[in-house]
Amino acid sequence: MPEAPAGTLYRGREGMWSWLAHRVTGFAIFFFLLVHVLDTALVRVSPEAYNAVIGTYKNPVMGLGEAGLVAAVVYHAFNGIRITLIDFWSKGTRYQRVMLWIVIGLFVVTMAGFLPRHLGNVFGGH
Amino acid sequence: MAVSIEAPRAPRTRTTRRTTGRTNYELYGWVFMRASGVLLVVLIFGHLFMNLIDGEGISAIDFGFVAGKWASPLWQVWDLLMLWLAMIHGTNGVRTIINDYAERDGTRIVLKVALYLAFTVVVVLGTLVIFTFDPCPPDAPANLLPSFCTA
Repeated sequence: MPEAPAGTLYRGREGMWSWLAHRVTGFAIFFFLLVHVLDTALVRVSPEAYNAVIGTYKNPVMGLGEAGLVAAVVYHAFNGIRITLIDFWSKGTRYQRVMLWIVIGLFVVTMAGFLPRHLGNVFGGH
Repeated sequence: MAVSIEAPRAPRTRTTRRTTGRTNYELYGWVFMRASGVLLVVLIFGHLFMNLIDGEGISAIDFGFVAGKWASPLWQVWDLLMLWLAMIHGTNGVRTIINDYAERDGTRIVLKVALYLAFTVVVVLGTLVIFTFDPCPPDAPANLLPSFCTA
């Protein structure tokens, strides 16, 4: 595979893959957001209608889906901060690779805190 | 009509590039993505903490939970801000994706019309729900309602 030209941010290696992951996670989050506003709008129909639909979010399969959704949100959030720093911080481009590893580190720590708590609520038996 | 021949190596005159009607909207969009992104990190992390981590998380969410939250103006404003910022941020992101991958003019127009339609429906519906929400609908069973309805 040919090496990416020196000095590019979005072609090859960390810059490209973080860009691609940002795009994929953002696209997925947007479609969840559309569905999520519609399901929440059911509170305007009746308590029974809302509870019935939100009840489906509590089954284990959906619980795993929520874990995936939160993972997408957490990555998109931290990498978005990284993009903003690349654009506005004078040393941003120089440290873009280091900042991606910081993003990944913060992602792992956040998910390590979130997953046991959430999966406990989903599989904890209610 | 006399045909004039340009001098060799004369700078090429710009005929294809549009010079009138150019705007800064793409710049404003670029700035908005970063400004709204920073706010959305706070708004959405707060939302996820309250709904998925605090208390019993997802298993505690029902009509009474939502009604209890929206009894406070803080969460009404929080959710309204989150709705608008996330929808504009997301719609602009998907618009960029459409521009990148849909090469035919017709495909781009159809996809963008669908996108802007979805944006309008979801933002209007969500805003109406937050402002017209009734936490104690009169014909609903009391056990499904927040405790302050019977007090």
